[in-house]
Amino acid sequence: MTIQEVRTLSAPERRRRRGIITMGGLGLFGLIVFAILPKQGQPVTYSFVLGNEWVLLKEWILNSKSGSLAFSLISLAAVAVAALQFKARKTIRLASGIFGASFLMSFLSWAAAGKFIPFTGLLQGALLLSVPLIFGAMAGVLSERSGVINIAIEGQLLAGAFASGVLASLFHNNWIGLAFAPVAGALISLLLAIFAIKYGIDQVVLGFVLNVLVIGLTNFLYKKLLIPYQSTWNSAIAFTPIEIPFLSKIPVLGPIFFSQSIIVYLMYVVVAVIHIALFKSKWGLRTRAVGEHPTAAESVGIDVNKIRFKNVIIAGAVAGLGGAFFTLGAVGSFSKEMTAGKGFIALAALIFGRWSPLGAVAAALIFGFADNLQGLLTITGTPIPSEFMLMAPYIATIIAVSGFVGKVRAPAADGVAYKRGGGSH
Amino acid sequence: MKFLKKLTLPLLAFAMALFVSGLLVAFSDSKVLALKSSPLSMLAKAFSTAGSAYWALFRGSIFDSQLTDAGLLHGFYPLSETLVAASPLILTGLSVALAFKAGLFNIGAQGQFIAGAIGASYVGFHFEMPIIIHAIAAIAAAMVCAGLYGGFVGFLKARTGAHEVIVTIMLNYVAGYFLLWLLSTSAFLRPGRQDPLAPEVHTSARLPHLFGSELRANLGFIVALLGAGAVWWLLNRSTWGFKFRAVGANASASRTAGISVGRSTTTVMFIAGALAGLGGAVQILGSEPAMTAGVGGSFGFDAITVALLGRGTPIGTVFAALLFGALRAGGLTMQASTDTPLDLVLVIQALVVLFIAAPALIKAIFRLKSVEAGQAVASKGWNG
Repeated sequence: MTIQEVRTLSAPERRRRRGIITMGGLGLFGLIVFAILPKQGQPVTYSFVLGNEWVLLKEWILNSKSGSLAFSLISLAAVAVAALQFKARKTIRLASGIFGASFLMSFLSWAAAGKFIPFTGLLQGALLLSVPLIFGAMAGVLSERSGVINIAIEGQLLAGAFASGVLASLFHNNWIGLAFAPVAGALISLLLAIFAIKYGIDQVVLGFVLNVLVIGLTNFLYKKLLIPYQSTWNSAIAFTPIEIPFLSKIPVLGPIFFSQSIIVYLMYVVVAVIHIALFKSKWGLRTRAVGEHPTAAESVGIDVNKIRFKNVIIAGAVAGLGGAFFTLGAVGSFSKEMTAGKGFIALAALIFGRWSPLGAVAAALIFGFADNLQGLLTITGTPIPSEFMLMAPYIATIIAVSGFVGKVRAPAADGVAYKRGGGSH
Repeated sequence: MKFLKKLTLPLLAFAMALFVSGLLVAFSDSKVLALKSSPLSMLAKAFSTAGSAYWALFRGSIFDSQLTDAGLLHGFYPLSETLVAASPLILTGLSVALAFKAGLFNIGAQGQFIAGAIGASYVGFHFEMPIIIHAIAAIAAAMVCAGLYGGFVGFLKARTGAHEVIVTIMLNYVAGYFLLWLLSTSAFLRPGRQDPLAPEVHTSARLPHLFGSELRANLGFIVALLGAGAVWWLLNRSTWGFKFRAVGANASASRTAGISVGRSTTTVMFIAGALAGLGGAVQILGSEPAMTAGVGGSFGFDAITVALLGRGTPIGTVFAALLFGALRAGGLTMQASTDTPLDLVLVIQALVVLFIAAPALIKAIFRLKSVEAGQAVASKGWNG
């Protein structure tokens, strides 16, 4: 392709072209490092059975070298197909998906040479690690699609985790804890909404400060109350997983999706509702209008700041609910700064997913998978030092953001305070 | 008078923050809560609880008369600790503030600080050099390491459009784990030790103390002030600074006017990184000669609040860092002597920035007619 041709490509096309080049580079790298360089193959065992689901295939043993070779060849073939489809101006989504899956399998077969990989468990853990990211990213979608930048996701998650853990402990009732998690997140959002919308303060600044405030408050109360009076304040016990009859018996998929705690099922509902409502309902249309062009929205009688206020509060509630996953969905009791930067990763997933609910979910799942894979490989042991394995999800995000996503376009009025009649553009 | 007027808002904001945090201290205290039955004595107890916490905060950050037995100067030991805590904060704060002026949100001061600390530490303990030259070499190594680490972010943004917020967040984690790995390698292990602790930098590379060996305040504070001066000059008196600010104000207009936005972005991030790295060098060469895995502390996070409180100007950043340095130094004393967790400092910091950012709120609370608000820091959002 000559330079002239490149220049005439549209932005999404250029992004796709760069994506294909990145995939090709990764595929070649995989072929050489995972399949050609290792001196000899060792058996890799994939196991597919986790609980009491129906057994279709118990385990699969393959040679690491030939397995890596097969999967990297599949991934390179997928790149070739993607390139052909790109030339024919067709979508390359399926080919990219096949590339991703086979590249990962080629990596896994190399990294786990001579080891045992619990495949279903790996994916189940990946989903669990993505749960707070998905809730956080949904909070971002709700708020930012209406034009208010939400950097405070971390604080909203942490507030939800704190409130749910403490209240479940005080009342000896997890449902009360779960009910107050969204309230806590919404309270943080209330501050965001008042200061950003009423007083017009810079939203990035504000969100950041709210994070510091919540971290400071929860740390303070943790040391002052939760540690000394642990039995009263911090003795909640996590929800037990609910197995959905029939569905949880499906091989591989059952244990991953249908044998989880109530919070995960709530997440499915939240994602589905947000996706459908944002693109199919009156509320969704108004939200998007207010986020893209508030002046035009107001000219047809929409109260811009009212919609934004409402959305920011709901966003906080969603993130707060996600915060409950850290306590009631996982370990029960609250611990200091237990969100550990997940709110910022959720923010990255939001941007990576280009502000669309399903895109953000996909990005969060990829991150959760990378995180869990790293944990598994650190335990089983790999040729790579564990610190580099810990880095891998973050490096993968940088490669993804610069190699595939590139310049993103947020909702046009995102972060711009709106004054009635004054206009913001 | 103009100066006083400018100070009104920050002082009122600080007072408000102390008041709200004081309520938190008082009404989370079990001894105060035990007096529920008699409101008056409860109020008195609440007042004395918050009061003693703040008194400890003052004693830990400015002056402690209990320490004057070893001479009046020693009574200012807490003030010296404030300067020690403030020096790296000034530099990391400047890093964030400079990026803000160019329309970039540098969340990566943490990673750049660590990169700088690694550079300074390695040159400091690995090589033998004459005094002064050694310190300069260590500082240069720190600035180059961190500058490249920051510049990489700008380069990626310029070439691929990857948003600096995501990339810097990710690079913070990468730097943290890289440091952890480095401290387990033979190059950074102390001979005969297995714990993650680098050898101490040689005394030839250390920054000299300013007020005698008793007080820890060192040349790092002067370096930080020089850094602030340099950033002021860069932004207000140089061509590059003009370009940075132009790109920060309006990237498309700057491009039309012939400024290379990509080169400006890369350069700003390089300089911002170098500043944060200088902060890491000051920490290692000034007060923490043996690098640990926790060398980064929360400097990157605090840097952002410092830059915000300082409204993105070099002079404002210096004062904000001094305030936060004082809170940090005093917070340790407060925690030790009054059973008030250090984390109260975070609450105070957040509230100060919040109140300062909302002049309208302060005006409404104190029924002021006019307050000198100045230009607050404004980020460029995602599309900037």
